[in-house]
Amino acid sequence: MLKGRHLIDPEDFSLEELDSLFALADSIIKDEDSFRNLCNGKILATLFYEPSTRTRFSFEAAMLRLGGQVVGFSEPGSSSVMKGESIPDTIRTVGSYVDIIAMRHPKEGAPKYASYYSPVPIINAGDGGHQHPTQTLTDLLTIKEVKGNFSNLTIGLCGDLKFGRTVHSLIKAMSRYENIKFVLISPNELRIPKYIKTEILDGKAIDYAEVERLEEVIDSLDILYMTRVQKERFFNEADYIRLKDSYILDREKLKLAKKDLSILHPLPRVNEISYEVDEDPRACYFDQLKYGMYIRMALISKLLGVM
Amino acid sequence: MLYIDSISKGIVIDHIKVGYGFSIFKHLELDKADFTVALIMNAPSRKFGRKDLIKIENNIDIDLAMLGFIDPNITVNIIENEKIVEKINLSLPERVEDIIQCKNPRCVTSMERNIAHKFVLIDKKNGTYKCEYCDQIYSWED
Repeated sequence: MLKGRHLIDPEDFSLEELDSLFALADSIIKDEDSFRNLCNGKILATLFYEPSTRTRFSFEAAMLRLGGQVVGFSEPGSSSVMKGESIPDTIRTVGSYVDIIAMRHPKEGAPKYASYYSPVPIINAGDGGHQHPTQTLTDLLTIKEVKGNFSNLTIGLCGDLKFGRTVHSLIKAMSRYENIKFVLISPNELRIPKYIKTEILDGKAIDYAEVERLEEVIDSLDILYMTRVQKERFFNEADYIRLKDSYILDREKLKLAKKDLSILHPLPRVNEISYEVDEDPRACYFDQLKYGMYIRMALISKLLGVM
Repeated sequence: MLYIDSISKGIVIDHIKVGYGFSIFKHLELDKADFTVALIMNAPSRKFGRKDLIKIENNIDIDLAMLGFIDPNITVNIIENEKIVEKINLSLPERVEDIIQCKNPRCVTSMERNIAHKFVLIDKKNGTYKCEYCDQIYSWED
């Protein structure tokens, strides 16, 4: 039962609860018209303390497509936050007016802190470099749609694995399924954080490898999850120059990959996936956008208890 | 050899890992005490070779979770009429609050006022905790 619950961490829901979400998302994809009035009279607040295009739009579009209404702010300058209002006070206030809240915040753990004071469900829409569970739901739904199941997969995660919250959330989520292997592809400075290694990978005795170059491992992957590597994250220029091209996926590198590889990306992309790859049938990142909206429709419906 | 009188009624915090006695003394705010207290550092110990200990000539509320977090090998002896009437062996607490601060500058605790710094035990063997908000890993040495 997901009614009234918060979604802060990708592991907040059991595998059965996730299955029920994916099943509902599937039904919505197949017959969206039947769900048009599901959230009539309900209000979603989108509290975005830092900018976002995809996540905020997909939450708002999801609620509007369910027949609900949306209020909120897209940067804290237009709210009482600028006057120094604390998170508990903002949440108690907004929670008095709306039925559900999606919150993005630059500080890690802010949505969890908010959930302690909220009278309505809080959805973590991304907290700093920490977690982004609705992107994970999006990624999971995409994997389910393209691979059919979540087991026996070798998943390559490429780019900035240190600050990439979508990567942390996806590892947490996929580590719960059987026979998953992770290949972590990043420069030394941007390796996966210690807590993910200690708690998830070593803690659950999951098979994983850390490498510096995508070319060396791309042939072994079933899924390639690309993220952007920002130049300013490197400690020295020489390493940046030596490695930067390794994190750009192009047609040449794809020649080495499996025929049924699925390429995912949380977007926005800058230059880490060449535009020529967009035409490749293995590119799934634009489908991911739609799945993101459908899974949020399913999530909102379940947390509000209307489904 | 230094001799400190035994106490007639109060608490002896024994078997403190060398070097940790002063931190505990400060945490318990014994520097502000208006009763007799003694902090003994580097005392000989049959069990550990050397140890710190604190004698408190008063019955005060001791935060056992805090002591257990700092050093789970500590023994707390309750003294009455110069005799030990209760011996409390500590262990690592499952949760600690406001004993250490999260040092992650991106953590919500670095921004919000009046927020408690909460940590959850994740590895008993190595005494490691994680911040309840941002998941950063810590131990007392941090």
